[in-house]
Amino acid sequence: MGTEETRPQPSAPAAPPGEGHDAASLSRRRFLQALGLGATVVGIPEEGVLGHALPPEPVQEAGAPGELGPGPVPVTLKVNGQPLKLLVEPRVTLLDALRNHLRADSGEPVDLTGAKRVCDRASCGACTVILDGRTAYACTVLAVDAQDREIRTVDGLEAEGKLHPVQEAFVHEDGLQCGFCTPGFVMSAVALLEANPHPTREEILRGLDGNICRCGTQCGVVKAVEAAAAKMGTKDGGR
Amino acid sequence: MIPALEYRTPESLEEALDLLERHGEEAKVLAGGHGLIPALKLRLAAPRVLVDLRRVPGLSSIEPLPEGGDGFVVGALVTHREIEVSPLVRARCPLLAEVAGAIGDAQVRNFGTLAGSLCHADPAADYPAVLLALDAEAVVASRRGERRVSAGELVQGVFETALEPDEIVRSVRFPGPHFAAAAYSKARQAASGFALAGAAAHLKLDGRRATDIAVGITGVAARPFRAAGVEDALRGQELSPEAVEAAVRGLAAGRELTSDIHASAEYRARLAEVHAKRAILRAAERGSAGA
Repeated sequence: MGTEETRPQPSAPAAPPGEGHDAASLSRRRFLQALGLGATVVGIPEEGVLGHALPPEPVQEAGAPGELGPGPVPVTLKVNGQPLKLLVEPRVTLLDALRNHLRADSGEPVDLTGAKRVCDRASCGACTVILDGRTAYACTVLAVDAQDREIRTVDGLEAEGKLHPVQEAFVHEDGLQCGFCTPGFVMSAVALLEANPHPTREEILRGLDGNICRCGTQCGVVKAVEAAAAKMGTKDGGR
Repeated sequence: MIPALEYRTPESLEEALDLLERHGEEAKVLAGGHGLIPALKLRLAAPRVLVDLRRVPGLSSIEPLPEGGDGFVVGALVTHREIEVSPLVRARCPLLAEVAGAIGDAQVRNFGTLAGSLCHADPAADYPAVLLALDAEAVVASRRGERRVSAGELVQGVFETALEPDEIVRSVRFPGPHFAAAAYSKARQAASGFALAGAAAHLKLDGRRATDIAVGITGVAARPFRAAGVEDALRGQELSPEAVEAAVRGLAAGRELTSDIHASAEYRARLAEVHAKRAILRAAERGSAGA
Protein backbone atom coordinates (compact mmCIF):
# COMPACT_ATOMS: atom_id res chain seq x y z
CA MET A 1 0.00 0.00 0.00
CA GLY A 2 1.84 3.06 -1.19
CA THR A 3 1.24 6.63 -0.22
CA GLU A 4 0.67 9.28 -2.81
CA GLU A 5 4.18 10.67 -2.29
CA THR A 6 5.97 7.41 -3.04
CA ARG A 7 3.98 6.56 -6.12
CA PRO A 8 5.57 7.26 -9.47
CA GLN A 9 4.21 10.46 -10.92
CA PRO A 10 2.77 10.48 -14.43
CA SER A 11 5.28 11.93 -16.82
CA ALA A 12 4.60 15.27 -18.44
CA PRO A 13 3.77 15.25 -22.14
CA ALA A 14 6.64 15.96 -24.51
CA ALA A 15 7.03 19.62 -25.39
CA PRO A 16 6.18 20.47 -28.98
CA PRO A 17 9.18 21.09 -31.24
CA GLY A 18 10.73 24.49 -30.76
CA GLU A 19 9.45 24.85 -27.20
CA GLY A 20 11.23 24.47 -23.90
CA HIS A 21 11.90 20.97 -22.65
CA ASP A 22 11.24 21.88 -19.06
CA ALA A 23 7.89 20.35 -18.17
CA ALA A 24 7.21 23.19 -15.76
CA SER A 25 7.40 25.65 -18.63
CA LEU A 26 4.39 24.05 -20.29
CA SER A 27 1.42 26.28 -19.94
CA ARG A 28 -1.83 24.80 -18.72
CA ARG A 29 -3.37 25.49 -22.09
CA ARG A 30 -0.51 23.83 -23.96
CA PHE A 31 -0.90 20.80 -21.71
CA LEU A 32 -4.62 20.63 -22.45
CA GLN A 33 -4.05 21.04 -26.17
CA ALA A 34 -1.50 18.24 -26.09
CA LEU A 35 -4.05 15.98 -24.43
CA GLY A 36 -6.69 16.80 -26.97
CA LEU A 37 -10.18 18.18 -26.78
CA GLY A 38 -12.52 16.47 -24.39
CA ALA A 39 -9.39 16.13 -22.32
CA THR A 40 -11.20 15.66 -19.06
CA VAL A 41 -12.25 12.19 -20.08
CA VAL A 42 -8.76 10.89 -20.67
CA GLY A 43 -5.97 10.73 -18.19
CA ILE A 44 -3.53 8.66 -16.25
CA PRO A 45 -4.58 7.14 -12.93
CA GLU A 46 -2.06 8.20 -10.33
CA GLU A 47 -3.06 5.55 -7.86
CA GLY A 48 -3.00 1.75 -7.92
CA VAL A 49 -6.38 0.09 -8.33
CA LEU A 50 -5.71 -2.13 -5.33
CA GLY A 51 -4.70 0.68 -2.99
CA HIS A 52 -6.96 0.45 0.06
CA ALA A 53 -7.60 3.65 1.90
CA LEU A 54 -5.83 4.31 5.16
CA PRO A 55 -8.02 3.88 8.25
CA PRO A 56 -9.98 7.08 8.73
CA GLU A 57 -8.74 9.71 11.14
CA PRO A 58 -11.03 10.84 13.96
CA VAL A 59 -14.23 12.46 12.81
CA GLN A 60 -14.28 16.23 12.66
CA GLU A 61 -16.02 18.26 15.33
CA ALA A 62 -19.58 19.02 14.36
CA GLY A 63 -19.56 22.29 12.42
CA ALA A 64 -22.41 24.35 11.07
CA PRO A 65 -25.07 22.36 9.21
CA GLY A 66 -24.01 21.57 5.67
CA GLU A 67 -20.29 22.01 6.46
CA LEU A 68 -18.26 18.86 5.99
CA GLY A 69 -14.58 18.00 5.75
CA PRO A 70 -11.84 18.06 4.77
CA GLY A 71 -11.41 15.26 7.37
CA PRO A 72 -13.52 12.08 7.48
CA VAL A 73 -17.22 12.61 8.01
CA PRO A 74 -20.01 10.15 8.79
CA VAL A 75 -21.88 9.16 5.67
CA THR A 76 -24.83 6.80 5.40
CA LEU A 77 -25.51 5.26 2.03
CA LYS A 78 -28.32 2.97 0.99
CA VAL A 79 -26.72 0.25 -1.10
CA ASN A 80 -28.72 -2.65 -2.51
CA GLY A 81 -31.44 -1.88 0.01
CA GLN A 82 -29.10 -1.98 3.03
CA PRO A 83 -27.83 0.98 5.03
CA LEU A 84 -24.05 1.36 4.85
CA LYS A 85 -22.35 3.56 7.45
CA LEU A 86 -18.94 4.96 6.54
CA LEU A 87 -16.40 7.51 7.66
CA VAL A 88 -15.05 9.10 4.51
CA GLU A 89 -13.49 12.36 3.48
CA PRO A 90 -15.69 14.46 1.19
CA ARG A 91 -13.19 13.94 -1.63
CA VAL A 92 -13.81 10.18 -1.72
CA THR A 93 -15.83 8.96 -4.68
CA LEU A 94 -18.71 6.54 -4.34
CA LEU A 95 -16.63 3.97 -6.22
CA ASP A 96 -13.71 4.17 -3.79
CA ALA A 97 -16.07 4.14 -0.82
CA LEU A 98 -17.65 0.90 -2.02
CA ARG A 99 -14.40 -0.80 -2.95
CA ASN A 100 -11.72 0.45 -0.58
CA HIS A 101 -13.24 1.67 2.66
CA LEU A 102 -14.20 0.21 6.00
CA ARG A 103 -17.62 0.02 7.59
CA ALA A 104 -17.90 2.59 10.37
CA ASP A 105 -19.84 0.24 12.67
CA SER A 106 -17.89 -3.04 12.36
CA GLY A 107 -14.55 -1.89 10.97
CA GLU A 108 -14.86 -4.57 8.29
CA PRO A 109 -14.17 -3.72 4.65
CA VAL A 110 -17.24 -2.67 2.68
CA ASP A 111 -15.89 -4.91 -0.05
CA LEU A 112 -18.53 -4.21 -2.68
CA THR A 113 -16.07 -4.71 -5.49
CA GLY A 114 -18.54 -5.38 -8.31
CA ALA A 115 -18.16 -1.87 -9.70
CA LYS A 116 -14.69 -1.74 -11.27
CA ARG A 117 -12.17 1.07 -11.20
CA VAL A 118 -10.68 1.38 -14.68
CA CYS A 119 -10.46 4.83 -16.27
CA ASP A 120 -11.61 6.72 -13.16
CA ARG A 121 -12.59 9.55 -15.54
CA ALA A 122 -16.28 9.09 -16.40
CA SER A 123 -15.37 7.42 -19.63
CA CYS A 124 -15.25 3.62 -19.71
CA GLY A 125 -18.35 2.57 -17.74
CA ALA A 126 -16.78 -0.28 -15.73
CA CYS A 127 -17.86 1.45 -12.49
CA THR A 128 -21.50 1.85 -13.56
CA VAL A 129 -24.04 1.67 -10.74
CA ILE A 130 -27.71 2.63 -10.67
CA LEU A 131 -28.52 5.77 -8.68
CA ASP A 132 -32.24 6.44 -8.21
CA GLY A 133 -32.98 4.33 -11.26
CA ARG A 134 -30.45 6.00 -13.55
CA THR A 135 -27.05 4.63 -14.52
CA ALA A 136 -24.15 6.60 -13.08
CA TYR A 137 -20.39 6.52 -13.11
CA ALA A 138 -19.56 5.71 -9.46
CA CYS A 139 -16.08 7.18 -10.08
CA THR A 140 -17.62 10.58 -10.77
CA VAL A 141 -20.05 10.89 -7.86
CA LEU A 142 -18.74 11.80 -4.42
CA ALA A 143 -19.81 9.44 -1.66
CA VAL A 144 -21.17 12.37 0.37
CA ASP A 145 -23.24 13.34 -2.67
CA ALA A 146 -24.64 9.80 -2.98
CA GLN A 147 -26.47 10.06 0.35
CA ASP A 148 -30.28 10.01 0.19
CA ARG A 149 -30.16 8.09 -3.07
CA GLU A 150 -31.03 4.46 -3.84
CA ILE A 151 -27.73 2.89 -4.90
CA ARG A 152 -27.73 -0.45 -6.71
CA THR A 153 -24.58 -2.34 -7.65
CA VAL A 154 -24.02 -5.59 -9.50
CA ASP A 155 -23.25 -7.22 -6.13
CA GLY A 156 -26.94 -6.98 -5.25
CA LEU A 157 -28.48 -8.37 -8.45
CA GLU A 158 -28.44 -12.02 -7.47
CA ALA A 159 -31.61 -13.01 -5.60
CA GLU A 160 -32.21 -16.23 -3.65
CA GLY A 161 -29.10 -17.79 -5.12
CA LYS A 162 -30.20 -17.11 -8.69
CA LEU A 163 -28.49 -14.81 -11.12
CA HIS A 164 -30.46 -11.91 -12.54
CA PRO A 165 -31.82 -12.73 -16.03
CA VAL A 166 -29.45 -10.16 -17.51
CA GLN A 167 -26.48 -11.87 -15.85
CA GLU A 168 -27.65 -15.27 -17.10
CA ALA A 169 -28.06 -13.92 -20.60
CA PHE A 170 -24.49 -12.55 -20.57
CA VAL A 171 -23.28 -16.07 -19.74
CA HIS A 172 -25.41 -17.80 -22.37
CA GLU A 173 -24.75 -15.31 -25.16
CA ASP A 174 -21.01 -14.93 -24.54
CA GLY A 175 -21.40 -11.28 -23.60
CA LEU A 176 -17.93 -11.14 -22.11
CA GLN A 177 -14.36 -12.22 -22.52
CA CYS A 178 -12.04 -11.01 -19.76
CA GLY A 179 -15.09 -9.85 -17.83
CA PHE A 180 -13.70 -6.67 -16.32
CA CYS A 181 -16.20 -4.37 -18.04
CA THR A 182 -19.09 -6.80 -17.52
CA PRO A 183 -20.52 -5.51 -14.23
CA GLY A 184 -20.89 -2.08 -15.79
CA PHE A 185 -22.55 -3.45 -18.91
CA VAL A 186 -24.88 -5.55 -16.77
CA MET A 187 -25.98 -2.54 -14.72
CA SER A 188 -26.55 -0.44 -17.85
CA ALA A 189 -28.58 -3.28 -19.34
CA VAL A 190 -30.63 -3.71 -16.16
CA ALA A 191 -31.42 0.02 -16.02
CA LEU A 192 -32.28 0.03 -19.71
CA LEU A 193 -34.66 -2.93 -19.48
CA GLU A 194 -36.34 -1.62 -16.35
CA ALA A 195 -37.10 1.67 -18.15
CA ASN A 196 -37.78 0.10 -21.54
CA PRO A 197 -38.60 -3.64 -21.40
CA HIS A 198 -38.68 -4.05 -25.19
CA PRO A 199 -35.86 -1.96 -26.62
CA THR A 200 -34.98 -1.89 -30.31
CA ARG A 201 -31.40 -2.69 -31.27
CA GLU A 202 -30.77 1.03 -31.67
CA GLU A 203 -32.14 1.71 -28.18
CA ILE A 204 -29.89 -1.02 -26.77
CA LEU A 205 -26.82 0.53 -28.40
CA ARG A 206 -27.80 3.92 -27.03
CA GLY A 207 -28.51 2.56 -23.55
CA LEU A 208 -25.06 0.95 -23.48
CA ASP A 209 -23.15 3.79 -25.14
CA GLY A 210 -21.40 4.70 -21.89
CA ASN A 211 -19.75 1.29 -21.58
CA ILE A 212 -16.64 0.11 -23.39
CA CYS A 213 -15.48 -3.50 -23.90
CA ARG A 214 -11.86 -3.60 -24.96
CA CYS A 215 -12.04 -7.33 -25.72
CA GLY A 216 -14.57 -6.52 -28.42
CA THR A 217 -17.54 -8.52 -27.20
CA GLN A 218 -20.16 -5.90 -28.00
CA CYS A 219 -22.03 -8.19 -30.41
CA GLY A 220 -22.44 -10.75 -27.64
CA VAL A 221 -23.49 -8.02 -25.24
CA VAL A 222 -26.25 -6.80 -27.55
CA LYS A 223 -27.45 -10.38 -28.07
CA ALA A 224 -27.46 -10.88 -24.32
CA VAL A 225 -29.61 -7.80 -23.77
CA GLU A 226 -32.03 -8.95 -26.46
CA ALA A 227 -32.20 -12.41 -24.90
CA ALA A 228 -32.72 -10.96 -21.43
CA ALA A 229 -35.48 -8.68 -22.74
CA ALA A 230 -37.24 -11.66 -24.30
CA LYS A 231 -36.91 -13.71 -21.11
CA MET A 232 -37.91 -10.92 -18.74
CA GLY A 233 -41.00 -10.34 -20.86
CA THR A 234 -42.30 -13.78 -19.88
CA LYS A 235 -44.70 -14.41 -16.98
CA ASP A 236 -42.15 -15.31 -14.31
CA GLY A 237 -39.95 -12.35 -15.21
CA GLY A 238 -37.17 -14.72 -16.23
CA ARG A 239 -36.45 -15.86 -12.68
CA MET B 1 -7.48 10.71 -5.56
CA ILE B 2 -8.88 14.21 -5.42
CA PRO B 3 -6.98 16.75 -3.26
CA ALA B 4 -8.58 17.26 0.16
CA LEU B 5 -11.53 19.61 0.19
CA GLU B 6 -14.40 20.85 2.27
CA TYR B 7 -17.92 20.12 1.14
CA ARG B 8 -20.86 22.46 1.53
CA THR B 9 -24.53 21.90 0.80
CA PRO B 10 -26.22 25.30 0.99
CA GLU B 11 -30.01 25.22 1.33
CA SER B 12 -30.69 28.36 -0.71
CA LEU B 13 -29.19 30.28 -3.59
CA GLU B 14 -28.41 33.16 -1.22
CA GLU B 15 -26.47 30.82 1.03
CA ALA B 16 -24.57 29.42 -1.97
CA LEU B 17 -23.72 32.95 -3.16
CA ASP B 18 -22.54 33.87 0.35
CA LEU B 19 -20.19 30.90 0.30
CA LEU B 20 -18.78 31.94 -3.06
CA GLU B 21 -18.38 35.53 -1.91
CA ARG B 22 -16.53 34.34 1.19
CA HIS B 23 -14.27 31.76 -0.44
CA GLY B 24 -13.77 33.37 -3.85
CA GLU B 25 -11.37 31.50 -6.09
CA GLU B 26 -10.91 28.77 -3.48
CA ALA B 27 -14.48 27.58 -4.08
CA LYS B 28 -16.00 25.64 -6.96
CA VAL B 29 -19.66 24.96 -7.67
CA LEU B 30 -20.79 21.34 -8.07
CA ALA B 31 -23.89 20.43 -10.08
CA GLY B 32 -23.82 17.09 -11.94
CA GLY B 33 -20.06 16.81 -11.44
CA HIS B 34 -19.34 15.25 -14.81
CA GLY B 35 -17.02 18.06 -15.82
CA LEU B 36 -15.75 19.02 -12.39
CA ILE B 37 -14.95 15.68 -10.74
CA PRO B 38 -12.69 14.49 -13.59
CA ALA B 39 -11.13 17.98 -13.65
CA LEU B 40 -10.35 17.68 -9.93
CA LYS B 41 -8.65 14.35 -10.52
CA LEU B 42 -6.54 15.88 -13.28
CA ARG B 43 -5.74 18.89 -11.05
CA LEU B 44 -7.23 21.22 -13.65
CA ALA B 45 -9.05 22.65 -10.66
CA ALA B 46 -8.07 22.37 -7.00
CA PRO B 47 -10.72 24.11 -4.92
CA ARG B 48 -10.52 24.09 -1.13
CA VAL B 49 -14.30 24.29 -0.88
CA LEU B 50 -16.87 22.49 -2.98
CA VAL B 51 -20.31 24.10 -3.03
CA ASP B 52 -22.86 21.44 -4.01
CA LEU B 53 -26.07 22.99 -5.35
CA ARG B 54 -28.17 19.84 -4.92
CA ARG B 55 -30.17 21.17 -1.95
CA VAL B 56 -30.79 24.60 -3.46
CA PRO B 57 -34.49 24.80 -4.36
CA GLY B 58 -35.72 26.16 -7.67
CA LEU B 59 -32.84 25.03 -9.88
CA SER B 60 -34.25 21.70 -11.09
CA SER B 61 -37.04 22.70 -13.44
CA ILE B 62 -37.69 23.86 -16.97
CA GLU B 63 -40.22 26.70 -16.95
CA PRO B 64 -41.96 28.74 -19.66
CA LEU B 65 -40.85 32.37 -19.70
CA PRO B 66 -43.44 34.52 -17.91
CA GLU B 67 -43.49 37.06 -20.74
CA GLY B 68 -45.22 34.55 -23.05
CA GLY B 69 -44.12 33.38 -26.49
CA ASP B 70 -42.31 30.07 -26.84
CA GLY B 71 -39.36 30.98 -24.63
CA PHE B 72 -38.34 28.97 -21.59
CA VAL B 73 -35.68 28.80 -18.93
CA VAL B 74 -33.64 25.76 -17.85
CA GLY B 75 -32.53 25.59 -14.21
CA ALA B 76 -28.92 24.97 -13.25
CA LEU B 77 -29.51 21.41 -12.03
CA VAL B 78 -31.49 20.19 -15.05
CA THR B 79 -29.70 17.24 -16.65
CA HIS B 80 -29.13 16.51 -20.33
CA ARG B 81 -31.54 13.60 -20.06
CA GLU B 82 -34.27 15.78 -18.52
CA ILE B 83 -33.86 18.25 -21.39
CA GLU B 84 -33.91 15.46 -23.95
CA VAL B 85 -37.24 14.05 -22.73
CA SER B 86 -38.91 17.29 -21.57
CA PRO B 87 -42.30 17.66 -23.29
CA LEU B 88 -41.95 21.45 -23.04
CA VAL B 89 -38.53 21.49 -24.73
CA ARG B 90 -39.58 18.97 -27.38
CA ALA B 91 -42.64 21.05 -28.22
CA ARG B 92 -41.01 24.48 -28.15
CA CYS B 93 -37.44 23.82 -29.24
CA PRO B 94 -36.73 20.30 -30.56
CA LEU B 95 -33.20 21.43 -31.47
CA LEU B 96 -32.26 21.67 -27.79
CA ALA B 97 -33.73 18.22 -27.07
CA GLU B 98 -31.81 16.90 -30.07
CA VAL B 99 -28.45 18.21 -28.90
CA ALA B 100 -29.04 17.06 -25.31
CA GLY B 101 -29.62 13.53 -26.63
CA ALA B 102 -26.43 13.71 -28.70
CA ILE B 103 -24.19 14.39 -25.72
CA GLY B 104 -21.57 11.96 -24.43
CA ASP B 105 -23.18 8.75 -23.25
CA ALA B 106 -26.08 7.54 -21.11
CA GLN B 107 -24.33 7.98 -17.75
CA VAL B 108 -23.24 11.53 -18.60
CA ARG B 109 -26.69 12.42 -19.91
CA ASN B 110 -28.23 11.09 -16.69
CA PHE B 111 -26.24 13.34 -14.36
CA GLY B 112 -24.49 16.05 -16.39
CA THR B 113 -26.24 19.43 -16.59
CA LEU B 114 -26.59 22.12 -19.24
CA ALA B 115 -25.40 24.89 -16.92
CA GLY B 116 -22.53 22.75 -15.66
CA SER B 117 -21.41 21.97 -19.18
CA LEU B 118 -21.33 25.69 -20.02
CA CYS B 119 -19.36 26.54 -16.88
CA HIS B 120 -16.91 23.72 -17.55
CA ALA B 121 -16.27 25.24 -21.01
CA ASP B 122 -14.83 22.21 -22.74
CA PRO B 123 -14.18 23.50 -26.28
CA ALA B 124 -15.58 20.25 -27.69
CA ALA B 125 -18.92 20.54 -25.87
CA ASP B 126 -22.04 20.34 -28.03
CA TYR B 127 -24.31 22.91 -26.39
CA PRO B 128 -22.49 26.15 -27.27
CA ALA B 129 -23.20 25.75 -31.01
CA VAL B 130 -26.91 25.38 -30.33
CA LEU B 131 -27.05 28.12 -27.71
CA LEU B 132 -25.37 30.52 -30.13
CA ALA B 133 -27.80 29.61 -32.92
CA LEU B 134 -30.75 30.14 -30.55
CA ASP B 135 -29.45 33.38 -28.97
CA ALA B 136 -29.70 31.74 -25.55
CA GLU B 137 -28.24 33.41 -22.48
CA ALA B 138 -26.85 32.25 -19.17
CA VAL B 139 -28.51 33.93 -16.19
CA VAL B 140 -25.63 34.65 -13.85
CA ALA B 141 -26.22 35.43 -10.17
CA SER B 142 -23.96 36.82 -7.49
CA ARG B 143 -24.34 38.86 -4.31
CA ARG B 144 -23.76 41.88 -6.55
CA GLY B 145 -26.86 41.16 -8.62
CA GLU B 146 -27.84 39.29 -11.73
CA ARG B 147 -26.65 39.57 -15.32
CA ARG B 148 -27.25 37.76 -18.59
CA VAL B 149 -24.36 36.48 -20.65
CA SER B 150 -24.56 35.00 -24.15
CA ALA B 151 -23.00 31.59 -24.76
CA GLY B 152 -20.39 33.24 -26.98
CA GLU B 153 -19.36 35.60 -24.19
CA LEU B 154 -19.55 33.04 -21.41
CA VAL B 155 -17.05 30.66 -22.97
CA GLN B 156 -13.75 32.54 -23.13
CA GLY B 157 -11.36 29.73 -23.96
CA VAL B 158 -10.33 26.18 -23.10
CA PHE B 159 -11.96 25.58 -19.68
CA GLU B 160 -12.15 29.37 -19.23
CA THR B 161 -15.32 31.36 -18.74
CA ALA B 162 -16.32 34.97 -18.18
CA LEU B 163 -17.67 34.04 -14.74
CA GLU B 164 -16.30 35.83 -11.70
CA PRO B 165 -15.39 33.61 -8.72
CA ASP B 166 -18.50 34.75 -6.82
CA GLU B 167 -20.93 34.00 -9.65
CA ILE B 168 -23.26 31.05 -10.32
CA VAL B 169 -25.10 30.28 -13.55
CA ARG B 170 -28.53 29.85 -12.00
CA SER B 171 -30.28 29.07 -15.28
CA VAL B 172 -30.07 29.27 -19.05
CA ARG B 173 -32.67 31.34 -20.83
CA PHE B 174 -33.99 30.50 -24.31
CA PRO B 175 -35.92 33.63 -25.31
CA GLY B 176 -37.37 32.34 -28.61
CA PRO B 177 -38.93 32.55 -31.06
CA HIS B 178 -37.91 29.02 -32.02
CA PHE B 179 -38.47 27.93 -35.61
CA ALA B 180 -39.07 24.37 -36.78
CA ALA B 181 -36.23 24.74 -39.27
CA ALA B 182 -33.41 23.81 -36.91
CA ALA B 183 -30.83 21.02 -36.70
CA TYR B 184 -27.54 20.01 -35.10
CA SER B 185 -24.90 17.92 -36.85
CA LYS B 186 -21.57 16.81 -35.47
CA ALA B 187 -18.54 14.60 -36.00
CA ARG B 188 -18.39 12.47 -32.84
CA GLN B 189 -15.05 11.68 -31.31
CA ALA B 190 -15.50 7.93 -31.18
CA ALA B 191 -14.34 7.31 -27.62
CA SER B 192 -15.73 10.29 -25.73
CA GLY B 193 -18.66 11.37 -27.87
CA PHE B 194 -17.41 14.96 -27.78
CA ALA B 195 -17.66 17.02 -30.98
CA LEU B 196 -14.59 17.15 -33.21
CA ALA B 197 -16.75 19.69 -35.00
CA GLY B 198 -20.39 20.52 -34.41
CA ALA B 199 -22.75 22.88 -36.20
CA ALA B 200 -26.23 24.09 -35.29
CA ALA B 201 -28.50 25.83 -37.78
CA HIS B 202 -31.63 27.81 -36.92
CA LEU B 203 -33.57 29.22 -39.87
CA LYS B 204 -36.56 31.42 -40.48
CA LEU B 205 -37.95 30.26 -43.78
CA ASP B 206 -40.21 31.66 -46.45
CA GLY B 207 -40.66 28.63 -48.70
CA ARG B 208 -37.09 27.52 -49.57
CA ARG B 209 -35.74 31.00 -48.89
CA ALA B 210 -34.08 31.79 -45.57
CA THR B 211 -35.29 35.16 -44.39
CA ASP B 212 -33.04 34.79 -41.36
CA ILE B 213 -30.35 32.29 -40.42
CA ALA B 214 -28.11 31.60 -37.45
CA VAL B 215 -25.26 29.07 -37.53
CA GLY B 216 -23.29 28.17 -34.39
CA ILE B 217 -20.02 26.21 -34.54
CA THR B 218 -18.30 24.29 -31.75
CA GLY B 219 -15.35 21.94 -31.36
CA VAL B 220 -12.94 23.45 -33.86
CA ALA B 221 -11.49 26.35 -31.88
CA ALA B 222 -10.94 27.33 -28.26
CA ARG B 223 -14.23 29.22 -28.33
CA PRO B 224 -17.51 28.51 -30.08
CA PHE B 225 -18.50 31.05 -32.71
CA ARG B 226 -21.28 32.16 -35.05
CA ALA B 227 -20.45 31.54 -38.71
CA ALA B 228 -21.31 35.11 -39.69
CA GLY B 229 -19.96 34.73 -43.24
CA VAL B 230 -22.24 31.75 -43.89
CA GLU B 231 -25.20 33.59 -42.42
CA ASP B 232 -24.57 36.69 -44.57
CA ALA B 233 -24.14 34.61 -47.72
CA LEU B 234 -27.41 32.74 -47.22
CA ARG B 235 -29.68 35.37 -45.70
CA GLY B 236 -32.49 36.02 -48.18
CA GLN B 237 -31.31 33.17 -50.44
CA GLU B 238 -32.86 29.91 -51.61
CA LEU B 239 -31.21 27.11 -49.68
CA SER B 240 -30.19 24.83 -52.52
CA PRO B 241 -27.43 22.29 -51.76
CA GLU B 242 -25.15 24.16 -54.19
CA ALA B 243 -25.74 27.52 -52.53
CA VAL B 244 -25.17 26.07 -49.06
CA GLU B 245 -22.03 24.23 -50.20
CA ALA B 246 -20.62 27.46 -51.59
CA ALA B 247 -21.57 29.43 -48.49
CA VAL B 248 -19.93 27.11 -45.95
CA ARG B 249 -16.59 27.04 -47.80
CA GLY B 250 -13.87 28.53 -45.64
CA LEU B 251 -16.19 29.26 -42.72
CA ALA B 252 -13.36 28.73 -40.24
CA ALA B 253 -10.77 30.65 -42.29
CA GLY B 254 -8.75 33.19 -40.35
CA ARG B 255 -9.39 31.52 -36.98
CA GLU B 256 -6.86 29.77 -34.83
CA LEU B 257 -8.11 26.19 -34.99
CA THR B 258 -7.50 23.33 -32.62
CA SER B 259 -5.08 20.65 -33.69
CA ASP B 260 -4.60 17.56 -31.52
CA ILE B 261 -4.27 13.79 -31.51
CA HIS B 262 -7.86 13.41 -32.68
CA ALA B 263 -7.88 15.76 -35.67
CA SER B 264 -5.64 18.29 -37.38
CA ALA B 265 -6.71 21.90 -37.77
CA GLU B 266 -7.17 21.39 -41.50
CA TYR B 267 -9.39 18.37 -40.97
CA ARG B 268 -11.42 20.19 -38.33
CA ALA B 269 -11.95 23.10 -40.71
CA ARG B 270 -13.35 20.72 -43.31
CA LEU B 271 -15.50 18.93 -40.74
CA ALA B 272 -16.96 22.28 -39.70
CA GLU B 273 -17.93 22.99 -43.31
CA VAL B 274 -19.45 19.56 -43.84
CA HIS B 275 -21.47 19.63 -40.65
CA ALA B 276 -22.60 23.22 -41.16
CA LYS B 277 -23.91 22.20 -44.58
CA ARG B 278 -25.66 19.13 -43.17
CA ALA B 279 -27.21 21.12 -40.32
CA ILE B 280 -28.48 23.87 -42.65
CA LEU B 281 -29.94 21.48 -45.22
CA ARG B 282 -31.53 19.26 -42.55
CA ALA B 283 -32.99 22.33 -40.87
CA ALA B 284 -34.41 23.52 -44.20
CA GLU B 285 -35.93 20.10 -44.80
CA ARG B 286 -37.54 20.07 -41.37
CA GLY B 287 -38.82 23.61 -41.90
CA SER B 288 -40.49 22.77 -45.19
CA ALA B 289 -41.89 19.50 -43.84
CA GLY B 290 -43.56 21.39 -41.01
CA ALA B 291 -44.85 24.18 -43.27
